[in-house]
Amino acid sequence: MSETPKGWRPGAAKKERIDALAATVSDAGAIDEKPGVSLIASAWKRLRRDRIFLIGLTITVIFVLVAIFANVIAPHDPTKPIPELISKVRRQTNPIPGPEPGFPLGSDDRGRDLLSRLIVGSRQTLIVCVFATIFSLAGGMILGTLAGAVGGWVDSLVMRIVDILLSIPSLLLAFSVAAMAAKPSQWTVIIAISIAYLPVFARLLRGSMLAQRHSDHVLAARALGVKEGAVVFRHMLPNAIGPVIVQATLVLATAVIDAAALSFLGLGNPNDRQPEWGQMLGKAQEYLADYPHMAFYPAACIIVVAFGFTLMGESLREALDPKTRR
Amino acid sequence: MKLTRLKTTAVLAASVSLGLAGCATSDRTTDSGSATGSGSSTASGGAGDTFTFGAAGAPEVFDPYYASDGETFRVTRQIFQGLLGIKPGTADPQPELAESWEPSEDGLTWTFKLRQGVKFTDGEAFNAAAVCYNFERMFDQNEVAQAGPAEYWAYTMLGFKGSETESLYKSCEAKDDSTAVINLTRYTSDFPVMLTLESFSMQSPKALKDGDANNVQKEGDGFKYPAYAMAPVGTGPYKLGKYDEANKTISLVRNDDFWGEKAKTANIVFKIIPDESTRRQELEAGSINAYDLPNPADWKGLEDAGNKVLVRPAFNILYMGLNPEKNSKLQDLKVRKAIYMALNRDQLVATQLPEGAKVATQFMPDTVAGYNSSLQPTKYDVEGAKALLKEAGAEGMTLQFAYPSEVSRPYMPNPQSIADALTADLEAVGIKVEVVTKPWNGGYLDGVDNGLFDAWLLGWTGDYNSANNFIGTFFGSDVNDFHTWKTDFGKTLSKELSDADGIVDEGKRTTAYEALNQKIMEEYLPGLAISHSPPALVVGKGVDGLTASPLTAEMFDTVTVAKS
Amino acid sequence: MLRFIVRRLAQMVGVVFVLSLLLFLWLRLLPGGTVSAILGDRATPESRARLEKALGLDEPLWIQYWRYLKRALTGNFGASTGVLPGRDAFDIFLARFPATIELSIFAILIAVLLGIPMGYLAARRRASLFDNSSIIVSLIGVAVPVFFLAFLLQYIFAVKLGWLPVSGRQGNINATRVTGFFVLDGLLTREWDAAWDALKHLILPALTLSTIPFAVIFRITRASVLEVLDEDFVRTAESKGLTNRVIRGRHVLRNALLPVVTTIGLQVGGLLAGAILTESVFSFGGIGEALALAFEHRDYSVLQVLIMASAATFVLVNLIVDILYAVIDPRVRTR
Repeated sequence: MSETPKGWRPGAAKKERIDALAATVSDAGAIDEKPGVSLIASAWKRLRRDRIFLIGLTITVIFVLVAIFANVIAPHDPTKPIPELISKVRRQTNPIPGPEPGFPLGSDDRGRDLLSRLIVGSRQTLIVCVFATIFSLAGGMILGTLAGAVGGWVDSLVMRIVDILLSIPSLLLAFSVAAMAAKPSQWTVIIAISIAYLPVFARLLRGSMLAQRHSDHVLAARALGVKEGAVVFRHMLPNAIGPVIVQATLVLATAVIDAAALSFLGLGNPNDRQPEWGQMLGKAQEYLADYPHMAFYPAACIIVVAFGFTLMGESLREALDPKTRR
Repeated sequence: MKLTRLKTTAVLAASVSLGLAGCATSDRTTDSGSATGSGSSTASGGAGDTFTFGAAGAPEVFDPYYASDGETFRVTRQIFQGLLGIKPGTADPQPELAESWEPSEDGLTWTFKLRQGVKFTDGEAFNAAAVCYNFERMFDQNEVAQAGPAEYWAYTMLGFKGSETESLYKSCEAKDDSTAVINLTRYTSDFPVMLTLESFSMQSPKALKDGDANNVQKEGDGFKYPAYAMAPVGTGPYKLGKYDEANKTISLVRNDDFWGEKAKTANIVFKIIPDESTRRQELEAGSINAYDLPNPADWKGLEDAGNKVLVRPAFNILYMGLNPEKNSKLQDLKVRKAIYMALNRDQLVATQLPEGAKVATQFMPDTVAGYNSSLQPTKYDVEGAKALLKEAGAEGMTLQFAYPSEVSRPYMPNPQSIADALTADLEAVGIKVEVVTKPWNGGYLDGVDNGLFDAWLLGWTGDYNSANNFIGTFFGSDVNDFHTWKTDFGKTLSKELSDADGIVDEGKRTTAYEALNQKIMEEYLPGLAISHSPPALVVGKGVDGLTASPLTAEMFDTVTVAKS
Repeated sequence: MLRFIVRRLAQMVGVVFVLSLLLFLWLRLLPGGTVSAILGDRATPESRARLEKALGLDEPLWIQYWRYLKRALTGNFGASTGVLPGRDAFDIFLARFPATIELSIFAILIAVLLGIPMGYLAARRRASLFDNSSIIVSLIGVAVPVFFLAFLLQYIFAVKLGWLPVSGRQGNINATRVTGFFVLDGLLTREWDAAWDALKHLILPALTLSTIPFAVIFRITRASVLEVLDEDFVRTAESKGLTNRVIRGRHVLRNALLPVVTTIGLQVGGLLAGAILTESVFSFGGIGEALALAFEHRDYSVLQVLIMASAATFVLVNLIVDILYAVIDPRVRTR
């Protein structure tokens, strides 16, 4: 590492790990003449042969396809009670009618087709985890780039803020943000999760920026008179992308799980016309004892998808790690 | 300084335990195989001398005067008694510490004949002087207590000693040892039935004095209570044993000097278990004997497993509030009627509420004097509603409709599903519904009080059996959540309600309330009464003698737990 | 070394201070809150106004904050309004903190005792059936929602088999409290049944809480052992003909454990967050459950104390880890 932070800030050990991940970049960047491209190409070469990665990829692709075509695949409208199902709902004796002909998974407590809700739920789940990741990535990128590229007091200020956020455990941060939202919705869930992971991205990007400031290709670009902005965006950012992708894949997985945790605490998206797996699972807890299938389906979906993302993320991490590349 | 010292202790303790706890595991895991197999997990039950109740939350304080929540009252009810008690299984008053009571002609002076030979658990005698000491204590509160903790007094008696608002309570005289006279400033139908409220319990004057009971102080955002609040002294069948805050259990022990029939079970333990599905698992594992408000969806499963679900008569009302100030379309009675007709309440009650729930015809349940049994529920009529909306020129109107999250109430076990059903009904008649959700404590109640919603869901569980406690609470003042001051009938209605409340003759008063109920539903319709839903509590195998109370005022002194 | 620690502690105080300001402002700018929580559904606009005035909530924010700060500096963080009304918020933290520490220690113990050996074995037998299945188990462990796992454990081990208690920290035993760590208290006072009972209450929640740290420790151990196995000095040792056992003990494990130690420190923050869910389901009276209740009741005094204390604990644990790290690895000190 070319520069260790002076003085001390909270969460030193956590930061160290993030910085270590960031540092992989400087090694990578130094190897490649054309930064970015061949790094990804060589990673892809390794990944193609990686069975674990392929399993993760398959799960993810299926999930994304189902989510995109959810409305076409879903046999019924997931937001409207179906007369033959709602007529069977009895709060006390039959709160969740089981499978019926044409409704293989049965109904939810409002007489809506459970299968359709699961299918359409994949879309909301995808929206939540993708947007949460994008938001935290974008926020982290702005702060991290600002700190890493400008340096000086901007760096200190930004990093102080990031460190305070880092000193609160991420899930706790997400809970706090969601609990304090004045109007809970899908977006409060997304924002809560993205704020929780924002400091990680910020620190990651700053670390890799710093690592590259003194690397040969950046120095060379500067010496050639390339403008500062262009140096940052053309030469530094693309190289920092590797670890960011890894981290983003992992955040995708945790976002799915965190959304479920928020729903469990009653802090999730309350609008169940936008079915989402975490929300469905959270709601199912009141039926857990007698009608566990209601929880089982969304739980299984969450586990499989989170599993897929994690497999991908871990293989990516290994593929991009210069230590294993050598 | 204090802070740092305390923190160091905590850290020290932590590091000590780190070492020792490590030893514990290594010692114990070796023989865990055999020992765990035989272990019954808790020491409750078994001997049949302990009734363990799974409570959902911690009690506020043990001084019922400063409490306002069911979790506290469930505990203090076993320790304290009031002048008036509640007939088990009903909402009606019965003699308790007062054997009889008699009003003067004008209803301003009430003479209470007190039970003789009753003693507080600290040995003090219960007599007229004690009654008057209690009332004077309740009347004379500092500013902090008036604003928050003494909520029930503020709500029922309106004012305090020296407060701007005049109190209903005027004075108390001890005529002789067994005769107490309470004077009121004006007649209200709520008196003396309001004395069945747990907050009006009789407490030992000596203990109140010694514990500095009235010394409530503000501390940050909350209140600091005096020592007495944690060391209550009453006349009830039990007394406080121990509150183990670290283990979240409250134990009560039998009051062996109780004046009436002694409690059948020697100990009561309240185990605080906030998570409902955990309460159910505890019951099924046999480590608690009962818990409150089981989810209606669980009733069947619980009974199938051999437990008894005790359903309380529904003493509540769920309503949809309407705000004609926020949405001017709602000022038109036709629009309000059309919305009422659009609601498929039969389906709602059948699918979302437990058996025994009823479609409401008015803003009070049928056990209250003044309930008008000739009123019929507004019929579900989609076409009629559409036609009425058209007539009012409100086709395709927009309605912002709010429901709370993070909460479940006895009258509304599942707000979200209820709101979703009602929303679907409104949409079916062409109303554009803008659904709003806010957390119960985090903006919902606030929003209702501040008139932020066009329409909203809320309800009410009666405090005691009086019509004024229902419709008087809702519309008694024209400054209310329903914003009736914005309508042409608001002033009239509140006047009519306070007139009815002031009728001393019970028969005439009942007739007046019946007429008012009809007027409210047919001529005014300030809000839409939706349903009454029976809450329940569940007891495990071997538990007998518990009578469900519509006021959730269950007494545990008659409970027996079979030896197992 | 001492100066280094003092400086870090001073900076920790700074962080907590800034956090207190942010939290205070944020909480106060929200609707509802304490007043709604205290008055409930019987609140009227007048009673709200009266209570706000009595609590001083109608005054300008900066005055409120100044007052809060003055009180907080004397160790008075205000009274709880929801979790345990009337009790001092900091006392609630102190009373409940031991429960969370006790739970966390057991969870970490389980994670370490399972994670390190399994990670080591998985690395030694890379790509074997054991390796692959442990990887899958650890990944699923992370993905299973905590409350779902907790429910399953309760149902199987407490309700169906009856081996362990469903929830709580101790049965209805008349135990003496000394430190607030129930197992320790039982041992100190020689109330063996109380200690044993508390221990039994710990097993299921600790197991639930340990899934995530287990998965992480397992993976890091595996990766780090793999890395060390590949290093020159192990090869050298092997070529020198040292026995497998010596290599394993002296060279591989010791070097591989360094990143594991850091990881354990990192997991503490996660444990605090995981404790919110675990303690809620198991009704385990620690600060995790208190946090969930404080959110629900909008108990701001308690929320402020608990969040600040969690942050401080997290920072403190990381400091300890850094010191440990320096002790284990002399290279760090020279940096």
